[in-house]
Amino acid sequence: MMRKAMSDYGMVFVLLGLCLVFSLLTIKEQVPGNDTAISELMTRIKSDFKPDDVILVAGAARKDSEQFAVQMGAELKKQGFKNARVVVGIPSDLRTVLDEIKGAGAKPAALIAGPDVMKWRVIDHIQSNYPEFSGCRIITPKTWLWPDFLKASNLLAIVDRIVVIAVIAIGMTMVIIAGGIDLSVGSLIALSAVIGTLVMKKLGGLDAPAWVVPIGFMAGIAACGIVGGLGGWIVARFNVAPFITTLAIMMVGRGLAFMITGGFSIYQVPKALPWLGQGRSLEAPNTVILVLVLYAIAHVFMSHTRMGRYIYAVGGNKEAARLSGVPVFFVTVFVYIVSSLAAGLGGCIQASQINTGTPNMGTMYELYVIAAVVVGGTSLSGGSGKMLGTLIGAFIISVIQNGMNLVGIESYTQQVVLGAVILGAVLLDKVRNSGGMAMLLGRKA
Amino acid sequence: MSDGVADKGLLEMRGISKSFAGVQALKNVSFSLRRGEVHVLIGENGAGKSTLIKVLGGAHLPDSGEIVLEGQPVQIQSPSASQHMGISIIYQEFNLIPELTVRENIFLGREKTRNGFIDAAEEHRQALNLFKKIGIEVDPSERCSDLTVAQQQTVEIAKALSVNAKIIVMDEPSAALSQQEVDHLFEIIRDLKAQGMGIVYISHRLDEIFQIGDRITVLRDGQLVGTQDVKATSRERLIEMMVGRPLEMEFPEHKSKPGRERLRVQNLCRGKAVRNVSFSVRSGEILAFAGLVGAGRTETMRLIFGADQPDSGQIFVDGVETRILGPRDAIRNRICLLTEDRKGQGLILVHSVQENFGLPNLDRYLKGRFLDHARECSEFAGYVESLKIRIADQDQIAMTLSGGNQQKVVLSKWLATNADIFIFDEPTRGIDVGAKYEIYLLMHKLADEGKAIIMISSELPEVLGMSDRIIVMHEGCIKKEISDVANARQEDILSAAIT
Repeated sequence: MMRKAMSDYGMVFVLLGLCLVFSLLTIKEQVPGNDTAISELMTRIKSDFKPDDVILVAGAARKDSEQFAVQMGAELKKQGFKNARVVVGIPSDLRTVLDEIKGAGAKPAALIAGPDVMKWRVIDHIQSNYPEFSGCRIITPKTWLWPDFLKASNLLAIVDRIVVIAVIAIGMTMVIIAGGIDLSVGSLIALSAVIGTLVMKKLGGLDAPAWVVPIGFMAGIAACGIVGGLGGWIVARFNVAPFITTLAIMMVGRGLAFMITGGFSIYQVPKALPWLGQGRSLEAPNTVILVLVLYAIAHVFMSHTRMGRYIYAVGGNKEAARLSGVPVFFVTVFVYIVSSLAAGLGGCIQASQINTGTPNMGTMYELYVIAAVVVGGTSLSGGSGKMLGTLIGAFIISVIQNGMNLVGIESYTQQVVLGAVILGAVLLDKVRNSGGMAMLLGRKA
Repeated sequence: MSDGVADKGLLEMRGISKSFAGVQALKNVSFSLRRGEVHVLIGENGAGKSTLIKVLGGAHLPDSGEIVLEGQPVQIQSPSASQHMGISIIYQEFNLIPELTVRENIFLGREKTRNGFIDAAEEHRQALNLFKKIGIEVDPSERCSDLTVAQQQTVEIAKALSVNAKIIVMDEPSAALSQQEVDHLFEIIRDLKAQGMGIVYISHRLDEIFQIGDRITVLRDGQLVGTQDVKATSRERLIEMMVGRPLEMEFPEHKSKPGRERLRVQNLCRGKAVRNVSFSVRSGEILAFAGLVGAGRTETMRLIFGADQPDSGQIFVDGVETRILGPRDAIRNRICLLTEDRKGQGLILVHSVQENFGLPNLDRYLKGRFLDHARECSEFAGYVESLKIRIADQDQIAMTLSGGNQQKVVLSKWLATNADIFIFDEPTRGIDVGAKYEIYLLMHKLADEGKAIIMISSELPEVLGMSDRIIVMHEGCIKKEISDVANARQEDILSAAIT
């Protein structure tokens, strides 16, 4: 059981490995949020200082830091520290204030350094430059080491970034398992988004009520379903190679998207449009919830229904499947329809994310989607593959892109690395499935 | 065994052992070949024949043992090294590229060139010479995909001759040939023999061995059982050597009790392949279809199963006229077809045996919208036991099974559909002797249960040994029907099949 899971989802380890690497590479000193920092500092100050001590709060002239200093000062005053003083600005501003205090013969009991300020040289040299302030304590919010990569906000960003590709990859996985390929999905993204937003525009545009949005989405998705169904029918009925059929549909779809809009973007969309792509429910982004739900359904569909089994059978051996009573024609048309519906939904999500419909959306997406499916362990020759493997494959691609952004690799280099990783992942999979290292070393098993 | 023939010795393999991942495929096997000899290699599937051949062909390196070629000890490191030493292997699945012409295939990788360009005329001339040498007429500029199986085989032989092979290995060359074509092949082989070549001939068909073989080596479980002169051995002795125990009979005893008519076909036509075919089969009856390859037997059965559509004609199931538009309709009418090409049409090789079993039966395993895996599993387990299917577990990939076990998996999936009419197309092709016997027993059991059985077979002993009635087809037509099988002779069938 364990071994089977390992071989089915071996790519999990690649994903975990990548996460580990990027975590190690992005470990940084993390500063707490202002509220947490202030309440933590207040407890320390209340126990260590008297209300009439002079307490200086320094903040850098930057949004976070300034806010921290102002809020901290207000909080100190509220708690009865009447000699609290707030300085916001650049290092020389702080020096001016210190000189001022020195001139008045006073002596600060504590200097609270906000984010950024703690790195200033003034703070480091305060003991040597102001010997008379010898008792002054420098207080900073507690910091800790943690990878930028593993911050909750970043993890959500990873999912958010891959959501369109992941949704479309569901359909693509089915098509590839059934022994086909669908190159049209990238342009169907644009077609769906353009038709969807156009319908919204016609139904009221900027001032349209929220219910217009699902109507537009449905129109876009349905249009894709029709186009994709046509392609599937051609593949199944005339036995035309799927590669060329869907390549043609790719061109038709993109062309239609440009024709419909005259090449322009559609901005007159209802205010409710961004809900799907940018909104949140139950503390999580809607897109993340959608992806998880869709994958759960798709996984159960592929592994626990008759249709799922038929899809594997058609890809494994079309003729044997037909002679076993599998409705090959229906299955073939079905997978292409699912794939284009998924592409249509992907287009809706993207339109919602960027709040517009543009005819050049989704360019090259078919290749990223195919990469996600293949990296996820689905064989391009058909008959085998796993839906959850594809989800992992999509994550691998997203993690690589996100990680490289965090590490600061420029985007041209990123493409090279991404291509290399896809090759590596696929080779690794081949080696694992065909007798391990012996093959890698060129010996016959 | 081969002592004292050093002067005529061509090849000597001594003490060859080879194991894969702990499985001993060959254990201390010795094999020799003389000039001008046909040495037959037999054994059940998995006995080590193909491993031995692959060692000779350089595809596998032996773990131990030595190979002596014309008195010189050699190391065969790779397939191309083997070819350079004059060893040519003709595999069952030919190594011809269907889209290329005969000429291009023969000289593939060794093209004759002039000034950097391929000298097609020279190649054409040499190819014609080769065919003349074999005594056969094939147009070198024909595409290989347009050739018959027998012609493709001669192209392979011509290719072997073109590299000046001294040793030709033929792996089941007769498997896909009709009797006539086999006879012609034997003529070619005798000719090659006369030219001093050594031929290793692998076969499952015992009859052929006595026709063409000089010596015979039997392998079992990776070990050498023995090498004998063909003249000094008998059919029974060989079977005993192969299975390791005396086998009383090749075909089990059976008394059939035909009941009512199950299937009737009237005036079935499809193009030139099937012309006006009418016949019927009763429950409990085994009806054999004999004839040459391409006589229209398989094509007829595909019409009945709905794999192809007839131009005209009627099909009656249990007396009711039935339109069969596709395999789904056939299955609904309780007809099943065990195809001749198990690997290409019968099984999805890359899927597990259980998934293969379940495929036509998924409708019955639905629980609401979802599949009831547990029920599928337990039903299959029942068949695994009753049919004695040897598998490691239900997740085993179909590709890894032996021919006999694959056939049983195919049979199990059709049994589970509750079929009443079983069409077996070459049920024992590529299956070893022991497993054949089991398949025969299963066919008898089905007949006893009242199933109607149609069996297409190109092996005449099988036709005579298994059937209750025989129909002989020739060029799409039914030529002869033989009801008195007990007194029928092979010659009767053959003469009807040829003319």
